[in-house]
Amino acid sequence: MSGAVQTALASPAGPARRAVRDPLVAGLVGLCLAAAAVLLVASPAPYLVNALGQLAAFAILAVSLDLVWGYLGILSLGHGLFFAIGGYVCAMHLLAHGVATTGVLPDFVQFMGWKSLPAYWVGLDHAAYALVLALALAGLVAFVFGLASFRSRVNGVYFSIISQALVYVAMLLMYRNDTGLGGNNGMTGFPLLFGWPMGSPGVVTGLTVAALLTLAAVLAGTRLLIGSAAGRRMLACRDDETRLRTLGYSTTRLKLGIWCLSAMIAALAGILYVPQVGIINPRVLAPDLSIEIAVWVAIGGLGRLGGAVIGAILVNGLKFWLSAAMPEAWPFILSGLVLFVVLVLPNGLLDLVALRPRSTWLRGAR
Amino acid sequence: MVDALTVAFGRFKALDSVSLAVDSGEVRAVIGPNGAGKTTLLDVISGITKPVSGRVMLGDRIDLTQRSEAEIARAGVRRKFQKPSVFPALTVRENLEIGCGPALPARARPARIASVLGEIGLGPRTEVLAGSLAHGEKQWLEIGMVLAAEPALLLLDEPVAGLSDSETAHTAALIRALRRPDRAILVIEHDMGFVEAIADRVTVLHEGRTLYEGSMAGARGDARVIEVFLGR
Repeated sequence: MSGAVQTALASPAGPARRAVRDPLVAGLVGLCLAAAAVLLVASPAPYLVNALGQLAAFAILAVSLDLVWGYLGILSLGHGLFFAIGGYVCAMHLLAHGVATTGVLPDFVQFMGWKSLPAYWVGLDHAAYALVLALALAGLVAFVFGLASFRSRVNGVYFSIISQALVYVAMLLMYRNDTGLGGNNGMTGFPLLFGWPMGSPGVVTGLTVAALLTLAAVLAGTRLLIGSAAGRRMLACRDDETRLRTLGYSTTRLKLGIWCLSAMIAALAGILYVPQVGIINPRVLAPDLSIEIAVWVAIGGLGRLGGAVIGAILVNGLKFWLSAAMPEAWPFILSGLVLFVVLVLPNGLLDLVALRPRSTWLRGAR
Repeated sequence: MVDALTVAFGRFKALDSVSLAVDSGEVRAVIGPNGAGKTTLLDVISGITKPVSGRVMLGDRIDLTQRSEAEIARAGVRRKFQKPSVFPALTVRENLEIGCGPALPARARPARIASVLGEIGLGPRTEVLAGSLAHGEKQWLEIGMVLAAEPALLLLDEPVAGLSDSETAHTAALIRALRRPDRAILVIEHDMGFVEAIADRVTVLHEGRTLYEGSMAGARGDARVIEVFLGR
């Protein structure tokens, strides 16, 4: 790998500045709130509203990865796992809620020849319990995996590869039909959300508003975290973990805490995403999708929360448009975009805004 | 303090039953040619490397070989690395704040930071990012970071490597000023003039063994030391 590729993809190179004021993040938070307010009074075409809500969910996911990758130097190539945990638990809630209201069992339960939902679905028709379960489950999985890795000082590409393997194992597990989670077809056909028919304009708008408000809250919260003493320790740990440890800090605890927080934010994104698309299946656990999250962050600007949001929205916006207009070209366009950013704008598209391409490649110096 | 310490990497013994006692109030220099085991010794004391056998006692009770790096640091041991290890994305002030350690209450930090800034002479550079400091300034900042926790044992790994003569003199004066009755300072260095200026006693390591221990003047007159340093 060339130095530029390594810099952009394997290590956090962004000069994550933590000025007290961060106009980009403040602007994005304002934009989310404004868009949410507009949606509450005006009613654009539902498909546009829905697309906006999905983009917001992806942006939350990108922020969750940037938090650990850009600010703590931990590149996860398995964040789809936590997104999927949120999504699956949300889907279970929607189906259990449907069964409790209509009495009709979901298709996959009928295909399996079962007479009722599996026993461990009990209570999932309560939204609050489902929310707590999703976050707790994501946090717990992250805790166990993080504890095992960080305690044994598994770092860098080794951690990335193991995280990728983890999401792959989870995908194989979810493809099994006897897990009671929909198997290879996944779960779909959600009838209701909080008693309202799924797909009605009010529900579509409500979900998008919820996603936008969550994005605003996640951005503001992570920004505060990064500006705090803990945020300074994160940057210190990212740049020289041994130095931080020999100053008396438990880096394992620091990394574990932020890692679990990141996983729960990713789960939140999954919770918001699944009702908007109306389906979840094991494909969401495919390793390439987890890598794509890192691509969004790298393209937008690693180590800058605003960059993660811009990258997620730009790449997925392009994807929505192009995968309909010319689906066969999309993989080439995405790869081209990655190469362009890695070679010309190693700190992501935010370099473009600052008009300061840093690449030695562009300046012709080796 | 260091008792019969042996460290092996595969079949190679980096340290072979090295013993060494550093007293509080003393500045001790460890010298020796490349590969003598100097940095390995610091790695063991600061917990980065675990020895095959032997003990490192801090005071009477704490065996550092049984502790993690963070626990060793909390017991009052601080190390300045050979390559200046400061946090480039943080300012000088923020680096020193982290250097104060997790135990110091937040309200006590500004005073501690101010006093350290005075000692290392980086007062005018407080809000500068550590990554943009000059090499010498980084060395002093790192000394400040390890000083901010008021360590009982200070380990300095080549604190004047790559410094100019005037910067070296400045650093020597700084280290002399750090001597306190309740603090032991262990310095590893190649620069003999610098060692002579700061050290109360020297320990000469060679191929993982202790060759000489005593005054610097004595080391200069010792036949085995001369042989190791100057060759036959």
